[in-house]
Amino acid sequence: MTDSPEYKPLRPTKGPIGRALAPVAGFGVTLGSMFRPTVTEQYPFEKVPPQQRYHGRHQLNRYPDGLEKCIGCELCAWACPADAIYVEGGDNADLPDGAHMSPGERYGRVYQINYLRCIFCGLCIEACPTRALTMTEDYELAGPTRAGMIYEKPDLLAPLSDGMLAAPHPMAEGTTDTEYYRGEVTAPTAEQVAWVREHRPDDPTLDAAAKVVDGQAPPPTPRRHQLRPPATRSGAARSAAGTGQ
Amino acid sequence: MGLEEAPSGFLLTTVEDIAGYLRKASLWPVTFGLACCAIEMMAAGTSRFDLSRFGMEVFRASPRQADLMIVAGRVSQKMAPVVRQVYDQMSEPKWVLSMGVCASSGGMFNNYAIVQGVDHVVPVDIYLPGCPPRPEMLINAILALHHQIQESPLGVNRVEAAKAAEAAALEATPTFEMKGLLR
Repeated sequence: MTDSPEYKPLRPTKGPIGRALAPVAGFGVTLGSMFRPTVTEQYPFEKVPPQQRYHGRHQLNRYPDGLEKCIGCELCAWACPADAIYVEGGDNADLPDGAHMSPGERYGRVYQINYLRCIFCGLCIEACPTRALTMTEDYELAGPTRAGMIYEKPDLLAPLSDGMLAAPHPMAEGTTDTEYYRGEVTAPTAEQVAWVREHRPDDPTLDAAAKVVDGQAPPPTPRRHQLRPPATRSGAARSAAGTGQ
Repeated sequence: MGLEEAPSGFLLTTVEDIAGYLRKASLWPVTFGLACCAIEMMAAGTSRFDLSRFGMEVFRASPRQADLMIVAGRVSQKMAPVVRQVYDQMSEPKWVLSMGVCASSGGMFNNYAIVQGVDHVVPVDIYLPGCPPRPEMLINAILALHHQIQESPLGVNRVEAAKAAEAAALEATPTFEMKGLLR
């Protein structure tokens, strides 16, 4: 066929040495890759951080004085295309002695996200009017039970950083929720510390908050939450019945 | 008397540890890619994430040579009997990883066409959320499953554990009676 006068190959044909080496020519690729840098990420041992603004698991944020930002408005639950979020609001007026869980009238009494429905689209983040709900870069979420994959408010809430006062306590004196939204409340106040000292004298956050009030420590900066410990993540004992629904 | 019938005790617990170590180090996954999660499952096998670091790079197409079923993607009502058949064809001991929210609970497809969780069809050992989960999440779930396999009992203990699990499952509230997010 190739000898016929009509046929001329477009590619240059190999010489005798090239034809002799043809069976092992493929190893050239193998040999060449040995000297290229390794692309494998050693995932569980060295974690490569995901891109910025990665849609990981959620976090419920706090104001610098420790009050929660979530006001229980259920807009996130309404925005959710997968019906993964369940919120029940509560009235701050129902809490004893003028205590507040969040500034304003209402707070999120029950907050659950079912991570077996959540598709991490971020529509809940866009819907949140107080920036209470944001997403973190944490993506290690696997679990052995269905019930354990429903994260509740303690699992989602950002931890109290040093100097924050644990809720519930009254709002900073002379403020409304508007001042909180504007970021004018930057630290717990003396009245709030006194209120907590009166009502919960053994509160572990009390000493750090008192130092901030006295000016011995800088005002608190919000902190990311850590991974939920594996012991609670298995969640065998969790059930929908026990969550106050 | 085979190893499986050996009485429980000190000897068997040592054997359990060794068998668990060997089992977890050589999982053979069966390919069950049903949708977009399968793309991430394939990515987990590529050189960037390299599942072969954990001894499981070969995705078997034959269930009889496999012991881990990674259900990757939404399971339609029509696919459900196929999932079950493939599971039944796998040889014991076998594990199921439900990859992605659709396989785990139906996800955003809460409709008549999709099985609301592959655990309606086969027993699931580990659930992996994400839509789709990134390859690191799959590797993380597989490592969690490795931990389960290492801890899994053998012989008489295995029979007892299976009985206890069955009794607990009969005691538990059925899915259709659950309220809130678990329904």
